[in-house]
Amino acid sequence: MNAVPTSYFLILSAILFGLGVIAFVFKRNIITILMAIELMLNAVNLAFVAFDRANGGPHNGWVFVFFVIVVAAAEAAVGLAVAITVIRNRQSLNVEDVNLLKF
Amino acid sequence: MTLPLILFFACAAIAVIGALLVIFLREPIHSALALILVMVSLAVLYLLLGAEFIAAVQIIVYAGAIMVLFIIVIMLLNAGEEERTNLSKMARYAGLPLGIFLTLDLVYWLSHAALAAPAATGAVSTESADPTRDLAFLLFRSYLFPFEITSIVILIALLGALVLAKKDS
Repeated sequence: MNAVPTSYFLILSAILFGLGVIAFVFKRNIITILMAIELMLNAVNLAFVAFDRANGGPHNGWVFVFFVIVVAAAEAAVGLAVAITVIRNRQSLNVEDVNLLKF
Repeated sequence: MTLPLILFFACAAIAVIGALLVIFLREPIHSALALILVMVSLAVLYLLLGAEFIAAVQIIVYAGAIMVLFIIVIMLLNAGEEERTNLSKMARYAGLPLGIFLTLDLVYWLSHAALAAPAATGAVSTESADPTRDLAFLLFRSYLFPFEITSIVILIALLGALVLAKKDS
């Protein structure tokens, strides 16, 4: 059953999370930045499921994954609506053009 | 090399390549398709971990609903190729080293956490015949109140998205 060690899944999760952080910092497009957030949430979900298997017992980790997915769906809906509003006002997808509050 | 291990390495490679493509592809629609690749390979990994319900939810909600929302918005806004701008000095000299450092740090600590876990919990695994049934009991008994709260969260997100995206009259 436990053919693949849990640490392999956790290392993959860490790598995906790091790539998500790097994408979040380096991408200039509002929509791609939201996608980077989704990538990070996916990496966290993988860690939850891996720890859940390592723990045995009741599947509390799956419940957390379920709630994370719900929050991700809500975040995507609101975030994309905000992106549409920003683009309607600025005519640009580039985050560097959204600098009204920038010091 | 057993079959699960081969499957793990294949899916892990696809997921990491997909994540790298999200970073390096310049068209948002290509990034979205690469992200769907990551999500599908993660669903296979969930199956490998014995989480069938989560794998199905991953495909239906993430790859099916959320990414379709992203692609619809990309098409609605006619998002073209990302502009190549000079990165700010902050992002170039602090962002990349710190991002790589964070990744290595997470890899280090998570691999050590996993080494400690089997010794701590031992063989107390109470694997039941139908884990999805257990999940249903957890969701609708122990976590009933948070479960109902999520429906309110979704409703508020729906209304918020409608109000934000509405054209000013």
